[in-house]
Amino acid sequence: MSAYIASLVSVIGINLILALSLNIITGFCGQVSLGHAAFYGLGAYMAAYLAKLGAPLPVTLLAGTAMAGAIGIVVGLTSLRVRHDFLAVTTMGIGFVLLGFVRKQKWLGGELGISGIPGPGLDAVSYALLIVAFAAAVLAFSLWIKQSWMGFTFDAVADDEDAARTVGVNVSTYKLVAFGIGTALAGTAGGLYIYFARIILPDTFDFVQSIAILTMVVIGGTGSVWGVFASTVVLTLLPEVSRAAADYRLLIFGAMLMLVMRFSPGGLAGLLRKPA
Amino acid sequence: MLFVELVVQGLVYGCMYAMMAVGLTLVYGLLRILHIAHAGVFALGAYMTVTVANATGSLALGFLVATVVSAIAGIAIYRLAYQPILHHAAFVPMVVSIGLFIVMQEAFRLIFGAYGIAFDKNPWYVAHVNLVGINLTYVEIAMVIMSVVLLVGFGLFAGLTRAGIGWRATVTDPHMATSFGVDPVRVRYVNFLFGSALAGIAGGLVGLLNNYVEPTMGGAVSYKALAIVVLGGLGSVRGTLIASLVLGVVEAFGAIYLANIFDRDAIGFLFLIVVLMVRPQGLLGRG
Repeated sequence: MSAYIASLVSVIGINLILALSLNIITGFCGQVSLGHAAFYGLGAYMAAYLAKLGAPLPVTLLAGTAMAGAIGIVVGLTSLRVRHDFLAVTTMGIGFVLLGFVRKQKWLGGELGISGIPGPGLDAVSYALLIVAFAAAVLAFSLWIKQSWMGFTFDAVADDEDAARTVGVNVSTYKLVAFGIGTALAGTAGGLYIYFARIILPDTFDFVQSIAILTMVVIGGTGSVWGVFASTVVLTLLPEVSRAAADYRLLIFGAMLMLVMRFSPGGLAGLLRKPA
Repeated sequence: MLFVELVVQGLVYGCMYAMMAVGLTLVYGLLRILHIAHAGVFALGAYMTVTVANATGSLALGFLVATVVSAIAGIAIYRLAYQPILHHAAFVPMVVSIGLFIVMQEAFRLIFGAYGIAFDKNPWYVAHVNLVGINLTYVEIAMVIMSVVLLVGFGLFAGLTRAGIGWRATVTDPHMATSFGVDPVRVRYVNFLFGSALAGIAGGLVGLLNNYVEPTMGGAVSYKALAIVVLGGLGSVRGTLIASLVLGVVEAFGAIYLANIFDRDAIGFLFLIVVLMVRPQGLLGRG
């Protein structure tokens, strides 16, 4: 594996964790989040801060995961308070608040971010494989959730909250669980990212990134694990194989969002399943 | 004196937010869509104003073109992007709206360049008056006057004319209004026409205010307008107007007193989240 392939594989792995984790919140549990990149950033900043202090990789990863998950549960609490439509705007707001906070903190590097992050202690290829292992674990975990009792409950909450409540589902608990798991995994992705990039900037975790993650989920098919898997791999590789796709990446993302929603709101997975 | 200055500055920004947020509230009230692409219309208005004003030398012509083009763009957005997918869950139109917003923003970047355009002639940018010790530029005054005139005009239209009453009836109860002979589709067109024209004018004014028009200028303003719509209690025009002014003032103060902790954009959303924790239905929303 050349260095180029290794970095490509690393990026795909990190994007997979991000997309699959958002899929748990938005796809499985039906809670729209427009601020997923903020939790990615939380994990990354936490891990980077500790790594600079000399903490080893397992510690920084765990801390990043825990930090993002903890804040994620707090955000989940807001999802219990506000109406469905409000949630999109609230999660978008959380992203702006967290980023706006980080930008002003000198001890977090402000606009310049954190640089000079120590390496993972592995060569690039082994580290890429480590990321892939994490991504595979998240994939397997997603597949497991989907067919588990919890997955069915998520489904019920996503479909019709009131009906779910009527049959005795504790809707609030499951929403919090979805937010907790999804955001914690985004934190893991953040922790993995810092050893790969070795420098983090606030802009990496902005609203555009949140939308990019959402794009991968929506185009693959909200809720479909394999659909999200396929669209994440394709959308990550697209700018690499085509120069034009790299220049017009956002334009293509935007156009795809519109077209997919217009003709197949179930995404690619919905297209394969059956003509609705 | 700083206190009064911050209040005035906040109200000026609040007027601008109000022009943006009213359009969003109307779209939400009627169709339950979070119309994020409204930001694209705002930027479109700004680009139309600056290109036409620079080409012809007439600012008035610039605003006229901006108003008309924005209104047409709004109608086109409804007809081409939203109408075909209205029967889907709210998530679908929202994602379409995000996609459309990104496409518009990228289109501006490709057509007008990434670095932004300034007005060749912008005398109002520097000319100012001194009102009881507070300096206000002509652009800021124009912003306040324009928004008051337009919003009052809009209020009279909604309150007194036949079309306005039909519109309000449709927002309150679409089925009932339809059975009384109001054409709901026409109401939607009127809705997008007005809301988008307001956004376009607001865009032109913000372009003048900063003397700078750039592809991403719609972003921050419209995200905050969305926050305002939620703050006001989705769909409530009165709540939206109050929330706009409140948010403008909160931001003006926050940008000074919280400068070391949060940036300007974060303060608006922080306020939103705090309010939602206390009043999940928004400032004036019904539970």
